[in-house]
Amino acid sequence: MNFWLVLAINSVTLGGLLFLLSAGFSLIFGLMRIPNLTHGSLFMLGAYFGASLVLWFHVEFWLAAVISGVLVAAIGAGIERLLLRRLAGAELAQVLVTLGLSFMVADLCLMEWTGDPISVPTPPGLSGAAHFARLAFPAYRLAIIAVAVVVAVALWLLLERTRLGAMIRAGVDDPQMARVVGIRVSHLFTTIFALGAGLAGFAGMIGSPILSVYPGLDQDMLPLALVVVILGGTGSLLGSLVGSFIVGFLFNFGQALLPDLAYFVLFLPMVLVLALRPQGLFGRYAP
Amino acid sequence: MRTTLNRRKFLLSTAAGIGAGALPWRAARAQTGKPVRIGLLTVKTGPLASGGVQMEQGITAFLKDKDYTLAGRKVDFISADTGGNPAGAKTKAQELIERDEVDFILGPLAAFELLAITQYVEQHKTPMMSLAGADDLTQRKPNPYFVRASATSSQAMHPMGHYAATEMKLKRVITIDEDFAFGYEQIGGFQQVFEDNGGRVVKKLWPPLVTADYTPYLAQISDVDGVVQGFAGSNPLKFMKQYADSGLKLPVCGGETAGDDALLPHFGDEAIGLISACPYTIDLDNDANRKFKALLKRDYDVVAGFYAAGLYVIGMVVEAALEALHGDTSDKEATIKALRAVNLKDTPRGSFHFDDLGNVVGNVFIRRVEKVGGSLTNVTIKTYENVGQFWPYDEKAYLAHPVYSRDYPPLKS
Amino acid sequence: MIPSRLAVAAALAALATLPLWMSGVFYVNIASQILIYAVFALGLNVLVGYAGLVSLGHAGLFGVAAYGVAYLLAAGFGHGTAIFAGLAVAVLATAVFAALALRATGIGFIMITLALGQILWGLAYRWIGVTNGDNGISVATRPAPFGVSLAGSTAFYDATFVVFLLALAASAVFVRSPFGVSLNGTRDQPRRMNALGYHVWMIRYCACLFSGLLTAIAGILFVYYTEFISPQTLALASSAEVLLMVISGGSGTLLGPIAGAALVVIVKNVASAYIERWNLLLGAIFVAIVIFMPEGFVPGTIRLARLGLRAAKA
Repeated sequence: MNFWLVLAINSVTLGGLLFLLSAGFSLIFGLMRIPNLTHGSLFMLGAYFGASLVLWFHVEFWLAAVISGVLVAAIGAGIERLLLRRLAGAELAQVLVTLGLSFMVADLCLMEWTGDPISVPTPPGLSGAAHFARLAFPAYRLAIIAVAVVVAVALWLLLERTRLGAMIRAGVDDPQMARVVGIRVSHLFTTIFALGAGLAGFAGMIGSPILSVYPGLDQDMLPLALVVVILGGTGSLLGSLVGSFIVGFLFNFGQALLPDLAYFVLFLPMVLVLALRPQGLFGRYAP
Repeated sequence: MRTTLNRRKFLLSTAAGIGAGALPWRAARAQTGKPVRIGLLTVKTGPLASGGVQMEQGITAFLKDKDYTLAGRKVDFISADTGGNPAGAKTKAQELIERDEVDFILGPLAAFELLAITQYVEQHKTPMMSLAGADDLTQRKPNPYFVRASATSSQAMHPMGHYAATEMKLKRVITIDEDFAFGYEQIGGFQQVFEDNGGRVVKKLWPPLVTADYTPYLAQISDVDGVVQGFAGSNPLKFMKQYADSGLKLPVCGGETAGDDALLPHFGDEAIGLISACPYTIDLDNDANRKFKALLKRDYDVVAGFYAAGLYVIGMVVEAALEALHGDTSDKEATIKALRAVNLKDTPRGSFHFDDLGNVVGNVFIRRVEKVGGSLTNVTIKTYENVGQFWPYDEKAYLAHPVYSRDYPPLKS
Repeated sequence: MIPSRLAVAAALAALATLPLWMSGVFYVNIASQILIYAVFALGLNVLVGYAGLVSLGHAGLFGVAAYGVAYLLAAGFGHGTAIFAGLAVAVLATAVFAALALRATGIGFIMITLALGQILWGLAYRWIGVTNGDNGISVATRPAPFGVSLAGSTAFYDATFVVFLLALAASAVFVRSPFGVSLNGTRDQPRRMNALGYHVWMIRYCACLFSGLLTAIAGILFVYYTEFISPQTLALASSAEVLLMVISGGSGTLLGPIAGAALVVIVKNVASAYIERWNLLLGAIFVAIVIFMPEGFVPGTIRLARLGLRAAKA
């Protein structure tokens, strides 16, 4: 009994982290039609920034997380304006550029922080196990779930209740019409890319006490984000949320129950969705 | 039009290749006066990087102290990063042997890297000295050009199994270790001796080398009185933290890398009470160990540990062999013979010699992590002396059974 | 101006006699690597350049062929059986994957192939019972066709060169055939092709199979070259690397992928002696080529050189 419960809660935690990572990816993919293959590297970059802030500049944990998010958002905005915008319309070229960038970011991180994994301490007060009803569970992982929920609500409010959100939704539904109506789509693109990148960087830092920060973190997280977005549907916040939890469960239970086929269990649904229902569970259109 | 342009580029690049290849890269060199070239295969990327960096520190501290001169010959030292995986080890081994023409290869770090390159290195007859486990390299598939001064993967875990059964009085354990050769051989060694002394391994868990989150495995630990792990590199840090965070309080036994002295400054209080078995221990009180620890502190400001000690000791063996050869490394057979004949008394790990298969026979120390004066350190609680790779078994009987693997020894039903 | 046919013949002659004039076993081995990856890139280019379908999962097929050979050799079968099995299992995998992947085009195709590549990588990595996981599988001996042992680097290079020539010839024939031309048509104007009565899906499917075959051949050469296979060979980074070779050299041309393969292998192996962070260099080259020379390094440099000449004249 304990085994199932522990795994279930852990799945929800991973789901929360994946939501933070993939919400941005989904918006970028939905609005700009770019599968941003640099997203994993942005996650890792945020984790490295956060680790440096906490370990060497002694910044408080949550503040460091926000600062990392902002830094990565700025970098994301730079990438979009300087590189991706030149290739507007050339989707394939954009995919390839993000791929090349991921190589570069990964190597720059290796140069700056060396190859040794960095362990970020859990924020004080949340370390150790929380106990209820004879069960012990790492307190910090529960905190991540809470953060994910807060961010999900905030994003939902942004999309549904603000003008920016309305413009984003319009852009996702029909970019040509959005331009005709007078929405400055190119500004929107930069904003969304920055927002997505910032979320990824924030997620990287938040996840670091659990995952630690190491070279290859980007290549471990990117495929998971891809599966989430494909399963849930591009451009859909609800899709990202549901997809994240599905992937969280598939990953955890796969590792525990079918270790030999852990990745098969994870990617097969992605393949099937792409082949049979390309728009995913809640997406508006096929990639 | 396009095809013509491509052909021209093709011709140009071929011409460039010809030009580059025909340059006299290698001038003929005379043997005497030529520096001895030592290549190090280490890991500077990934979970094993912390060990790899220390390996390099250990050997460079040794060489620096000797002013890069051994037995009267200057030393050319080349370090290569394999990335901590067999494919990378293969590539770098090829570079060291074919491009840099090294006289000795030190390393690699990991057992699975060693297994991938041993055939190749043997073909080229390059003497190789590694601290990687890979039992079979000195057992069932011996490489005649290989010398191991640290231990086979199972060598330190045999005494650990003995200690766990006879002194800790554990009866049922779950083992958890990385899913690669070093992991299998450590756990196999522990299981063999532990079960021969009345204990029982109930379940074996194998997370991949790169695992961010051990929770799916920790969730499976129940109904036992102890946990056995053999994590390497920086994984022990992650594991112990997540172990404590999940509320588990069972005693933990570890291998030579699990309680590595060099990792202790990075552990939190969750490591207190961790028992480990290692061929090196920081509190061994002899001249060589004191000097070694001081050199590391002076050159790199780090705490000494298994990886650094391993390479420092290898440096001592290479020096002793070179002195016996009077600096002449031209005869590969003589070189390997000299290496295997080395017998040292005062080293950071105590005295040792090599058996017929090139593996070390020396001490294994059982230590416990304790908090002394505000910081964590290993305190030696028992020393098993003269432990060879087959201890406590007879060589023939031991070699008759297959090498330790994921499924050997099998779980008792 | 050297006639282009002569140039090609000279280049091939130089390659054929490479072990004679290239000094050092290390560099002969690098040449072997270049040829192996050239075959791999030629295979991928059939899809990327001629069919307009970008795959990010080809390293999976490459690896499947390699694992097939390694597994059977380790199980005690002979080289002939192992090679045949390696080819068969890789082409079979291609047949299944192409059927799934061709349900999408454009970005969707990229995503499916990425996922399929990851599935294969995941199996190689975790299906320890079959693939030995991270430990990899070693190959003890190389084949000895017609009694000539390929154990030495020169002999192996010569054999690789022969296979490379055959692959290049096969690609040339394929590309210039009516089928190849119709493949170009499905890339440029799929709807019109359909309207004209061509079975676009079937054309693409056959192209996938041919691509898979070339990739499998490269994979088999590879596993005999390194005498070892591990999951790393199937990782996303490997698929990205071969894609880089195709695009950097110039997709849609026959010799472009070869130049691209040479570029990447040289940067990886030779430059890595001087620049430790060569991955950064590779990524930067990739980005620069995609932005400034999307048609490929070769046509791009010529174009820029022409622009420079024109500017100098003006």
